[in-house]
Amino acid sequence: MYAQMIKSTGEGVKSLDDMEPEERAFQERINAGGKIEPKDWMPEGYRKNLIRQIGQHAHSEIVGQLPEGNWITRAPTLERKAILLAKVQDEAGHGLYLYCAAETLGVTRDQMTRDLLSGKMKYSSIFNYPTLTWADMGAVGWLVDGAAIMNQVPLQRTSYGPYARAMVRICKEESFHQRQGFDIMMKMAKGTEAQRKMAQDALNRFWYPSLMMFGPSDAESVHSAQSMAWKIKMNSNDELRQKFVDQTAPQAEYLGLTVPDENLKFNEETGHYEFSEPDWDEFFDVLKGNGPCNTERLEARNRAWDEGRWVREGLLAHAEKKRKTAIAAE
Amino acid sequence: MSSPESSPYSDTDAAPHGKARATEWPLWEIFIRGQHGLSHRHVGSLHAADAEGAIKNARDVYTRRNEGVSIWAVPASAIAASSPEEKGALYEPANDKVYRHPTFFDIPDEVGAM
Repeated sequence: MYAQMIKSTGEGVKSLDDMEPEERAFQERINAGGKIEPKDWMPEGYRKNLIRQIGQHAHSEIVGQLPEGNWITRAPTLERKAILLAKVQDEAGHGLYLYCAAETLGVTRDQMTRDLLSGKMKYSSIFNYPTLTWADMGAVGWLVDGAAIMNQVPLQRTSYGPYARAMVRICKEESFHQRQGFDIMMKMAKGTEAQRKMAQDALNRFWYPSLMMFGPSDAESVHSAQSMAWKIKMNSNDELRQKFVDQTAPQAEYLGLTVPDENLKFNEETGHYEFSEPDWDEFFDVLKGNGPCNTERLEARNRAWDEGRWVREGLLAHAEKKRKTAIAAE
Repeated sequence: MSSPESSPYSDTDAAPHGKARATEWPLWEIFIRGQHGLSHRHVGSLHAADAEGAIKNARDVYTRRNEGVSIWAVPASAIAASSPEEKGALYEPANDKVYRHPTFFDIPDEVGAM
């Protein structure tokens, strides 16, 4: 997902009876569907875990602008260009909603940015794949945003108030993203033979990386069990992946494209699709920094931060000067 | 692009909410009036060097789809908030005054709407 492999306390989930009164009240509130707000008492593990998760999600939105930004100047029509520009601007907005939610937990945005730039904090593995053709803009919207929505819709009910509210805003805007992606795929899949081939190629390259977004099976993970007890993770990785395949496979069929998986077939009995697992060695390798674009992405973010420094400092200096002038005039 | 020698972005630990370090852009809480006639509602926060910048940034971050007709930006550090621990004591005086609600009074049906 946009947040992958988030570690919790590493201990098992405590039973209510093993908790101190404060923690017990906290957990009971979550169990009852209540929200935790910034000034409420919370266990340190919950706070730290959320900072990691929301921060990673925010970084993914920001780094996610790069593969799409790659095509703004080369969009095939002015309309497509304007739409893509609006979408990339939304991604920046999503990053900012999320940084603002994380900041209520006692970390600043600049601190999180520094941790991204130094490689200490991660972003989703998916953005380390290149966008080679215009059809990739379609595949990214349709598959990558589609996979993100699977995770983000349930997170609107997450226990941490500021995070849940950020997700509500994000989900409203994400469906525009997925539709614009599918619209590009439709145009290309029903276009010339060359366009159809390009669309198929984009599906071939983005299918497995999209399945990887949900992370490896976490049925046995203590981290996931704790996150689910805290309601900062709402579904297991396998559950969401299955839901994604069930939704996406018929859409590929509608487009007349072939999902690059010989084992993909609908199981009448279960009502679900059967499919092949992605290559998890590749996933861990990309997370470690060895994906096709890891270096390029981090370099681009570092460059933006360094080259924007004079703007940040300049505006701050100007604000200070205005403040002093105003005081002197009084 | 050159910038002054000493880095204002040195590594420091996290700061409490709204207490931006002197070298970071301060945090602003943003309130938006959705439509004429409704009050401003808190939508989130953002960073800006000054009030003017905060309103411009709020326009880009929170009103990309015509969500608002008016924006308030308030320095996050200027907001006073009640504390959750005081919830009981703070609201208790209202709890036993059920007669403040109109449903406390039974009005006969024949009297009509009241």
